Amino acid sequence: MAQLNMVQAINQALGDEMARDDRVVLLGEDVGRDGGVFRVTEGLLERFGAERVLDTPLAESAIMGAAIGMAAYGLRPVPEIQFMGFTYSAFEQLFAHAARLRSRSRGRYSCPMVVRTPYGGGIKAPELHEESTESIYCQIPGLKVVAPSGPYTAKGLLLAALRDPDPVLFLEPTRLYRLLREEVPEGDYVLELGRARLARAGGAVTVIAWGSMLERVLKSVEGYDADVVDLLTLNPFDIEAILGSVRKTGRVVIVQEAAKTCGLGAEIAATIAEEAILHLRAPILRVTAPDVPVPLGKLIDHYLPSPERIRAALDEVLQY
Amino acid sequence: MPEELLATYEVRRLGVLDPNGEVDQALMPELPDAEIWRMYQLMVLSRTFDERAVSLQREGRLGTYPPIRGQEAAQVGSAFALAPSDWVFPSFREMGAHLTLGCPIPQLLQYWTGDERAQKVPAHLNIFPFCVAVGSQIPHAVGAALAVRYRRDPVAVVAYFGDGATSKGDFHEAMNLAGVFTLPIVFICQNNQWAISVPLKNQTASGSLAQKALAYGFDGVQVDGNDVFAVYRATKQALEKAKSGGGPTLIECLTYRMADHTTADDAGRYRSNEEVAAWRDRDPILRLERFLAARELWSVEKGDEEKGRATGVIDAAVREMEAMPPPGAAELFDGVQAKLTPRQEEQKRGR
Ligand SMILES: Cc1ncc(C[n+]2csc(CCOP(=O)(O)OP(=O)(O)O)c2C)c(N)n1
Ligand SMILES: [Mg+2]
Repeated sequence: MAQLNMVQAINQALGDEMARDDRVVLLGEDVGRDGGVFRVTEGLLERFGAERVLDTPLAESAIMGAAIGMAAYGLRPVPEIQFMGFTYSAFEQLFAHAARLRSRSRGRYSCPMVVRTPYGGGIKAPELHEESTESIYCQIPGLKVVAPSGPYTAKGLLLAALRDPDPVLFLEPTRLYRLLREEVPEGDYVLELGRARLARAGGAVTVIAWGSMLERVLKSVEGYDADVVDLLTLNPFDIEAILGSVRKTGRVVIVQEAAKTCGLGAEIAATIAEEAILHLRAPILRVTAPDVPVPLGKLIDHYLPSPERIRAALDEVLQY
Repeated sequence: MPEELLATYEVRRLGVLDPNGEVDQALMPELPDAEIWRMYQLMVLSRTFDERAVSLQREGRLGTYPPIRGQEAAQVGSAFALAPSDWVFPSFREMGAHLTLGCPIPQLLQYWTGDERAQKVPAHLNIFPFCVAVGSQIPHAVGAALAVRYRRDPVAVVAYFGDGATSKGDFHEAMNLAGVFTLPIVFICQNNQWAISVPLKNQTASGSLAQKALAYGFDGVQVDGNDVFAVYRATKQALEKAKSGGGPTLIECLTYRMADHTTADDAGRYRSNEEVAAWRDRDPILRLERFLAARELWSVEKGDEEKGRATGVIDAAVREMEAMPPPGAAELFDGVQAKLTPRQEEQKRGR
């Protein structure tokens, strides 16, 4: 097996699926000639031609809206939005159309597409290049939201997303693009959407994280008897995997990169409270960013959940 | 009813100073020599700032930076025509306009170190913060122009943006609104012919960007964007028109992005060296130097002296910028809202 980084793993998944299924078409800003600003689509224009790798004008709403039309017509478009911070101007298309096309046509049309976008902080980039507003997208019925945490999960989840009958928002943790290298099987493998992964087994405390935070969590819990649940699919998230771990440990720390209020962690905590409160031995704690806009590079380390804050939360719940 | 000709339109292109440094006297704006020299100084300062910013980035002393090289005439020429009371809504690649408008240089550099305290534009300057989401500032400019009209203030509003921005809905929605309300606004498009790796021909099938204004019922003009006099003249006229109730104008400054999109980009991946080289001789500063030399206002020595002076100014600004203490964690919360929420207060205390 080859050691790949996440850029290579995603590139491989896209290339393999395009070779397998001629309905798969990429579109977005700079995805062709430039190979994407992170080089994720490098070589695909040369391999599949300009009809399948479209360099679009600078227009996110048009990219998203056009992808919807392509999907309804029978293609499997993969629109790329260059950074999550620029998904906002395509929000109407995603919210009002992609996610609802199946229901508002009562099944006559559907929208099988994968919206790829880099997300998350810590890359010292300009404003709006480090957003992690996944919870906004998790509140859209009809849309699945997926966030791989490394090269292996990225490839398997992307292949699953590309074969899903409904729209999927695929969040690629920018900070991890080239940070991690893992064994990635060359052939086809699919990681089922909606399934979490036990990234590390332990008995005393459950730590729940996803995407960009997982790498940091795994480093932070060294020396702790922690069960780490890697969510992978954010909506629908794997309730059984979470409850299984919580029933075992009775203590929960949720680590979320985004601002605290109304983040995905809140939904997870509420679900645990509904389903397993009697198994809890300590309050559920969240380690999150503060409720402020994502800052620029000079303040980003004060913003993102740090290993110290993660360990402080672990120590706190372990006191009970 | 037979078919009839409904309308025909013309799109004009304005050039005053040609690449050899010769001017069309009929179109040359009235500018005393001292003013022209001031334009030259500002263009040299912009180039010096830009070169320093790129090298600071390479040394790890600045974050990702978008060079303005090649666009000095478009930026200085347009900003030079503004009155201090006019309002400016920039994108992120108008440092030449900022320098012309008198933005403190240490602060401009500070912004590109990734320090958002620098987004606080000094109170005497009517400039909005840098806008990174392409095109999204254009409707704000239109809104300000609505307010200007409501207050009957004798000012105009300027929106700066690139060629890529003209593909955004925000551009079209804003232009349309400005046309409908005959607003005192000037849209200045710096058409540097690239939006990262996307060349102009893949951005639009229109023959020019200027002509997009015609669809919204007002004038659009293309100017030679490497010709500081043409840019100045067109902007000045458009501002006067705006202030006298004549409505909006779109000015397309046809120029060229000589450098990479940003310091994180490698333009060699998508465009040829020949294309870039062809634009080198149309350098806006070179052109102005030729003009000034023909009038015996410029010599190599005078040019070097001016460049030396600009280097000194930038050196001092870099020192001042680097002496600024880094922001502390509490500054995350600065200005998030007028009154922090109880939870924000708690988070600010470190919870
Ligand atoms: C809405 C939005 N989409 C994408 C980006 C990423 N991006 C930054 S600059 C740029 C190209 C802008 O081209 P143009 O408008 O011509 O301005 P220039 O960079 O040439 O000054 C892109 C795609 C962005 N900042 N905002
Ligand atoms: Mg451009």
